[in-house]
Amino acid sequence: MKTNFKKIAMDGVITSNPTLKLVLGTCPTLALTTLAMNGIGMGAAVTFVLICSNVFVSLLRNVIPDKVRIPAFVLIIATFVTIVRLVLDKFLPTIYESLGLYLPLIVVNCIILARAESFASKNGVLASAADGLFMGIGFTLALTIMGASREILGAGSIFGVHLWDFKIEFFAKSAGAFFTYGTFIAVFGFVSYLLHKRKKIKSFKLSRLPEAAKEEN
Amino acid sequence: MGAFLSVIVAAVFVNNFVVVQFLGICPFLGVSKSTSNAFGMGVAVTFVMTITCLITYPIYTYLLVPLKLEYLEIIVFIFVIAALVQMIEMVLKKFSPTLYKAMGIYLPLITTNCAVLGVAELVIDSAQMMSLLGIASMNMGIAVLYGFFAGLGFTLAIVVMSGLREKIAALPINKHLKGFPIAMITACFMAMAFYVFSLI
Repeated sequence: MKTNFKKIAMDGVITSNPTLKLVLGTCPTLALTTLAMNGIGMGAAVTFVLICSNVFVSLLRNVIPDKVRIPAFVLIIATFVTIVRLVLDKFLPTIYESLGLYLPLIVVNCIILARAESFASKNGVLASAADGLFMGIGFTLALTIMGASREILGAGSIFGVHLWDFKIEFFAKSAGAFFTYGTFIAVFGFVSYLLHKRKKIKSFKLSRLPEAAKEEN
Repeated sequence: MGAFLSVIVAAVFVNNFVVVQFLGICPFLGVSKSTSNAFGMGVAVTFVMTITCLITYPIYTYLLVPLKLEYLEIIVFIFVIAALVQMIEMVLKKFSPTLYKAMGIYLPLITTNCAVLGVAELVIDSAQMMSLLGIASMNMGIAVLYGFFAGLGFTLAIVVMSGLREKIAALPINKHLKGFPIAMITACFMAMAFYVFSLI
């Protein structure tokens, strides 16, 4: 089977963007987008865990019995999260501090389990690694752009560089997080709808609430 | 008594798990279509969160810390929670079929709920808990109490949200705003209301 890397890349970053289209992993997205830098830190951590867990799930997909696959996936993910946590604690303590509670919570981040279940357990190692990489990039981009816009509006700076004294407190608070995320999903959905109408991208689906996806867990 | 009250106020209102700390957003958006479902989910989460604190806090303090195995906390916690949820499900099925019927469908979803792992991770960080609650020392009683009231805060948020969403479902909404975006904007107004508690 020939792997279609272009489609995987397109899916991860645009058509099935985990943050803006699938709306998975909402907790860190809402909590950490106060600063653009957090987006890069969290994005890098999640991307690393995604690639590693996808590779291992894909390698072990014929060994793990179907009945215990979810605990097995969780064990693989928890191992890599522990590695990321120890490495960040030792070498990048500032990022470790700013991610705080949301670093161990990568274990229960739905993006990673969802990709392990729906992609890596059905595809080869190379395709799974590519899927992890591009899903991670999609997540990082979404978080960083949202973080940047909240930082500009809420703190008057970008990546910690001071721009001006004008700031709207609302965007730095939790209400601003929900507002920004909602607006981004709506705008992203609308733009991809327009692109779809002009035949720029092939597949298009409206973002929906995850009832159906969650019930099979 | 003062510590008791500050735990309640901090856990339920000021640091509400959903709208202030952003934990458990998935069920908050996913299971808030009807009030009865939301209430069932809230009760199930509260139950699991309380028992999680009761088990993970002693495991961390009396087992992992003396053995210098703190780095295993994530793996240990997630397995304790998964096993716990499975056990609660079996016990309920055997001894209280009515309660199982009411809570059963939500239990499997709880393992991957970040509110549960979040509370387990939060209560073992004694320095942060002490500054959060304004108390002098941390012990197991406070950990369990915090777990229970944080769950209650989650229930409050999800039930209020389901009420709002039942109203919104009747409104004509642009198809690009339907679903997630409008739910997020509703949550935004809830977060504004909860923000008031942090000012007192």
